[in-house]
Amino acid sequence: MPQHGDTDPRSAVDKLIASDRVPADARTDQLTEADIWAILDEVKDPEVPAVSVVELGIVRAVHWDGKELSVDVTPTYSGCPATELIEELIEEALRAAGFRNPRIKQVLTPAWTTDWITDEGREKLRAFGIAPPQGSASKRSLLGESEVITCPHCGSTHTERVSEFGSTACKALYRCKDCLEPFDYFKCI
Amino acid sequence: MTQKEALTEYLLRLADSDMILGQRLCELCGKAPALEEEMALMNVALDLVGQARNWYEYAAELIDDGRDADKLAFRRDAHDYRNLLLTEQPNEDYAVTMGRQFFYDAWHYFTLKSLVNASDERVAGIAAKALKEVTYHLRRSSEWVKRLGDGTEESHRRMQDAVDILWRFTGELITPDETDRLMAEAGIGPDPEQLKEDWRGLVKEVLQEATLTPQPDDAWMYLGGKRGEHTEHLGFILAEMQFLQRAYPDATTW
Repeated sequence: MPQHGDTDPRSAVDKLIASDRVPADARTDQLTEADIWAILDEVKDPEVPAVSVVELGIVRAVHWDGKELSVDVTPTYSGCPATELIEELIEEALRAAGFRNPRIKQVLTPAWTTDWITDEGREKLRAFGIAPPQGSASKRSLLGESEVITCPHCGSTHTERVSEFGSTACKALYRCKDCLEPFDYFKCI
Repeated sequence: MTQKEALTEYLLRLADSDMILGQRLCELCGKAPALEEEMALMNVALDLVGQARNWYEYAAELIDDGRDADKLAFRRDAHDYRNLLLTEQPNEDYAVTMGRQFFYDAWHYFTLKSLVNASDERVAGIAAKALKEVTYHLRRSSEWVKRLGDGTEESHRRMQDAVDILWRFTGELITPDETDRLMAEAGIGPDPEQLKEDWRGLVKEVLQEATLTPQPDDAWMYLGGKRGEHTEHLGFILAEMQFLQRAYPDATTW
């Protein structure tokens, strides 16, 4: 859990370029909340670059009054190592769009659930080769043994679980018995 | 003991237990019995360390002496650690690793299930997140106990040995002290009697299905982890875990 010091992490060149930019207020005061959501939708998850942090439901709220901007984000898992990187990427995207001091606030409640992944996000996961979470994150799916997981490659439901955990905490490892390809399944939580 | 002192103590117990078990599991990184098992163990460890961090951050705010989550984790000595003795026990063979995990997961699951309704909103929020993760942990470890217990003659013998070795550390999970009672009275911690009943109920059910025999409820138990009296193992864990932060105190980048 390394901590950054108080010094500005940007290089001198960055600062020089930033100072040459159009004054931030002039560029951002016309922006609406919808514009900000669109900017955030360009920020991809570093571990699953096929989907954006908005599609994954990590961005919970945008507070914008024309001057001050704060964005609420929630981690997927308590120990997700991408949490800090995602917050930095969001801040970077907002600064690049002209916001001078965007505030990123981490919220834990309500806890993130795969139910918040958008339909578009699910389709993008599948196209990326990751089976999207199936069903809702009720206790039954958390404890259930008999979920039917569809292979993202060939669409077969003839699949088996290889491991409860896959390449990251949010995924399980499956194998398709028809096309024989292994694949990650985005677990319901 | 004031309620704030009790809450701080309670948070440190939750944090330290998660942290130490997470560290123990990480010892298997690169040498777990199978690749899939390694991924699972590391993911469980990651969940636990993440949860520990959430508890430490809250504890640090209550302690309010300038120490942050990192300092609580990496700059306290064994006698200041409040983890359950079970979590510091060595990995040994896979039956012991999974047996330890199962006894802990069962306790963790029922504890979090109660903390979700805590009168303290911050506690309830952290617990709600952790509960989703721990539900998976429990499902996995109980499957392993059943598979090994009701498996071959060799796996059964090893799993029964694991139960017998670890049993003496399980009493601490369900033996309340003043802190536990104060937390229950404050509407934060679980009711100790309910926790005991739930934990014993599930453990007996799983062991029975695994064709394993539990030791008697009134067997002699080691207590003390919750008040900083540890087995000889904790010092070695901390020596490794805290080396970097002790050698380079206050480094701002690694």
